[in-house]
Amino acid sequence: MIDIRLRLQRQAFLLDVTLALPAQGVTALVGPSGCGKTSVLRAIAGLDRAAGRVALAGETWQDDATGRFVPTHRRPLGYVIQEAALFPHLDVQANLRYGQRRSNGESGRVRLDAVIDLLGITALLPRRPATLSGGERQRVAIARALATGPRLLLMDEPLAALDGARKAEILPYLERLHRELALPIVYVTHAMDEVARLADHLVLMREGRVEEAGPLHALLARTDLSPSREDDAAVVLDARVIEHDMRHGLTRIGQGASSLWVGASRAAPGQPVRARVLARDVSVTRQPPAETSILNIVPVMLESAIVDQATALLSLRVPDAQAGPSAHGWTLLARITSRSFESLHLQPGDALHAQIKGVALM
Amino acid sequence: MSAAWIAIRLTAELAALSTASLLLAGTPLAWALARSRSRWKPLFASLVALPLVLPPSVLGFYLLLAMGPHGPIGALTQGLGLGRLPFTFAGLVVGSVLYSMPFVVQPVQQAFESIPERLLEAAATLRATALDRFFTIALPLARPGFVTACVLGFAHTVGEFGVVLMIGGNIPGETRVLSVAIYDHVEAGELPEAHMLAAGMVVFALGVLCALYAINRPARESAEQAR
Repeated sequence: MIDIRLRLQRQAFLLDVTLALPAQGVTALVGPSGCGKTSVLRAIAGLDRAAGRVALAGETWQDDATGRFVPTHRRPLGYVIQEAALFPHLDVQANLRYGQRRSNGESGRVRLDAVIDLLGITALLPRRPATLSGGERQRVAIARALATGPRLLLMDEPLAALDGARKAEILPYLERLHRELALPIVYVTHAMDEVARLADHLVLMREGRVEEAGPLHALLARTDLSPSREDDAAVVLDARVIEHDMRHGLTRIGQGASSLWVGASRAAPGQPVRARVLARDVSVTRQPPAETSILNIVPVMLESAIVDQATALLSLRVPDAQAGPSAHGWTLLARITSRSFESLHLQPGDALHAQIKGVALM
Repeated sequence: MSAAWIAIRLTAELAALSTASLLLAGTPLAWALARSRSRWKPLFASLVALPLVLPPSVLGFYLLLAMGPHGPIGALTQGLGLGRLPFTFAGLVVGSVLYSMPFVVQPVQQAFESIPERLLEAAATLRATALDRFFTIALPLARPGFVTACVLGFAHTVGEFGVVLMIGGNIPGETRVLSVAIYDHVEAGELPEAHMLAAGMVVFALGVLCALYAINRPARESAEQAR
């Protein structure tokens, strides 16, 4: 558990957060710019001094009650920022060695060649940072942070400075990192597509405070939180591959008794996958639709709805008959027009059929 | 050895010793000025820059008083059994260090200031202590500033005249540096000798500046790319 209590007053801005982050997986810190995400990260690293307490799995880095403040260079963490910050006078190899040499004996969990391999930078070792592309630089910066064998990885918008193609180049490496290392990562971003792909936990921040924190799929499915008000409001569904339909280029994924058809995945049956369903791609009917081109039609129960002038946002639970009604199943969001909402006389508890127009594998 | 060569050797020794002293004393000062957010910073920066605008004779005059038997520096050196500084080579070194201070401190300070904060912070997150960050990140990245500082510090000391005349006088082999020797020749109407030394100085200054710009150009470009 990462225990964080921070308070920082800067002119008109007040940062006041209390967080208990899980000690594993990726925690995404999300919010509009200026909400204090980066300040939280810098205070965890000890780069800025806020008032409060920072402790990681029993190891206290800062505690104002006892006057303890461990300086940045003695905190076993890795820190990756938007602009890579590679040392221009050293080649890639020397950049990687810089932190590794100084952290010897700290944990020894990560070996340099394993890190180099993980981020695919073997060919870059003799090169100078100035000769690397933005994506390559960011991979080296991540490898450099990992080479110290950190117990916590802090990433501040690591993809924000990259264009779409470069982003797509790095994301698989971040996913590998997530899969292969038992390293807690705190990931600051404002891009919900990165969150949907990488995060396990979500912390929503607003004006220096925590709006809500919790498991990603639970928070994204809530109609009372800010992500659901965005145009790209979506839920993520964690599932396993059930079967492939090679002839039609499709894969069926599911959890419990629920399943969905998605575009062909390379994962083998039984492998875990994550899918993202946008609220605007989901519509509902009272009767099971007959003879429709839509592949994914799922029986659901309307849990709640938020209606404004033009649209209604529905929270739909996918009942899992096998696991029983109390088990954790999928929840979908659907954005429909308020006119449809009224004409269908929708009420919480109604049994409906969700038609899902698009499911994206992450 | 001819009088000219004695003067040239003396000048070179003075400039080398002053530059070395300035690098040792000026680098921490430049680092402190570059990193300081104190409200006193403008005052210290102004003190360092003062020799740029002050007539050298003013600086020399006060140094002469301070180093004299009744001045604070004079009392100190005499108390330590070092004797008096005026009209000695050591006195010239002290004067040159103060006189050439801005030419060494300012380029180094500017080089330190142009190092992005995030590089030093990255080094801290990579377990480097403050001293370690200074030696492994700040110093290597400030290299162009140090080259400029060395060259300007050396060349400016070679060219000093007013301070030398005030606190050093004109003692052959002790304080009679090139600029003073040229002045002497002119006073004595020995124009060919004055020409030789003066032309030599012009060639020297030009050569030094050419070398400086040639050395620093590629380094500056690569530093900019990194930014």
